[in-house]
Amino acid sequence: MAEEAPEDGGTRTLPSLRRLSRALPFGRTHGRLGASSSGRPVVSALCSQESVDPQKTAFLLRKAWTLYSVTPLYRFRRARLRDYARLLSAFIAAERHRGLAVAVGAEMDIAVRLSSLAELRGTDLDQAALLVQLSSRSRASSRSSEDKPVWSGWFCSMFGDDLSENIPEDFTSLPLFLSHGAESYTALVGSWFQKTFDCCFRRLAISPQNLSWMVAMWAGCGLDTAASAVELVFSVPRLAQPLDIFYAIHPEDAKALWDTVQKTPGEITQEEVDVFMDCLYAHFHRHFKIHLSAAKLVKVSTAIASAHCDGIVKILHSQYLPGVLMLLTELAISQIQ
Amino acid sequence: MAVLRPFDKLPKLNSVVLLLVGSDEALQQKLAEAILLEKRDFHISIHIAASLPLPSERDHLRPRIDLVVFMIDIKSKYSLKNVETSLAHVDASFFLGKVCFLVTGVGRVNACSIETNAISKLAEAYCSPVLFCELELEGIRVATAQRLLRMLQICAGHIPGVSPLSFVSLMRNSDDD
Repeated sequence: MAEEAPEDGGTRTLPSLRRLSRALPFGRTHGRLGASSSGRPVVSALCSQESVDPQKTAFLLRKAWTLYSVTPLYRFRRARLRDYARLLSAFIAAERHRGLAVAVGAEMDIAVRLSSLAELRGTDLDQAALLVQLSSRSRASSRSSEDKPVWSGWFCSMFGDDLSENIPEDFTSLPLFLSHGAESYTALVGSWFQKTFDCCFRRLAISPQNLSWMVAMWAGCGLDTAASAVELVFSVPRLAQPLDIFYAIHPEDAKALWDTVQKTPGEITQEEVDVFMDCLYAHFHRHFKIHLSAAKLVKVSTAIASAHCDGIVKILHSQYLPGVLMLLTELAISQIQ
Repeated sequence: MAVLRPFDKLPKLNSVVLLLVGSDEALQQKLAEAILLEKRDFHISIHIAASLPLPSERDHLRPRIDLVVFMIDIKSKYSLKNVETSLAHVDASFFLGKVCFLVTGVGRVNACSIETNAISKLAEAYCSPVLFCELELEGIRVATAQRLLRMLQICAGHIPGVSPLSFVSLMRNSDDD
């Protein structure tokens, strides 16, 4: 797929969607990766035999995670996690003394824990996920069982081979960072990581085009339990009063529509996503005479996961966790490169 | 049905005519004003339309159109559909350099709803150049206005020795070599 070179001065190159032409590991069969011979972007299925223990990853589900993309970390050693935790908590305490107070009730100490999640990785080439947890411990008691978690964040790389293949030694590639908790803590932890490992954090925004890929992929997944509706939220720009449109579709109807659109199971093309979205828009137009294609798609939510264009996702099903993470890793990598 | 034809009317002396087709009227107005601010020594008339075909009642009053610019907003899939349906109402001989696609809104990469592959396929199918711009930024708006004005002069035949057929050189991607 040719990358578009900007023809007029001062414009930025649009991100190539070749990045998104990869796997769909929702428990489907093996397929091939990469572009088809005709050069159309093709998404193939990857066999996802992750033995992801549902109990260990339960804390990841049903939380609103804010997404960031992270450049590779320099000289990060997994053996030194305890040292890093100590350094980070000292840094946070120092920042608070400097008057950059983070929370009301500053009588609390912040305890930091860094741990590795070996299961959350795509292939063996990926780095295991790294979890950072901040919990508050009141000075009165020093028993760790009374810690209240106040913030958690984790780095992860799911099938991020494109980035990890080409980086030099001493660099660890964990391109996706998800955080949950107060923004001030995110800033503190982020600045410590940036200073210590010379990496760069950037907020990961999701464009309406990527959101429509997500809703097409996720609406097509069958769930045995009663699923919630597929909901799309649009915002109409440039009106005197901003207008938000909520479009909810019965999950079985959405899946039936996707099944008629998708030609090869295990593969998704841009044309199929366009046809799927056009059908939804045409249906809405027939009833309400509003062209949704002129509005901005802001949020999608399905039974599997929900995503907001500001880069906030919520994953609801542990079975599809690797698939969703893989998609987000791709987006993070395309923002870094 | 009124199809736009490039040579069915006589040109006026020392004047050029531009037609802007696009779904966003405010943006078209902005671009038209920017073009009119440019220094020139010929008469220019800019026509703005939401879609083609143009109403046939006023066809006899309309001058010969030298350049048609189809405006596509990268944030709105509707604008792409609008342009695609309008293209059917343009005569084939217009596509010998007198049609140009202008893609606006490229400054906000995170709001794009259209794949650039779709635009480049459209441009290839219709053998016309594509310009990318961000009309919200003044500098780029002025630069785009200057480029379009230059193309307009060539399309109207005001530059001796340069024909609009040479715009095909604007389409060559550096990756092709």
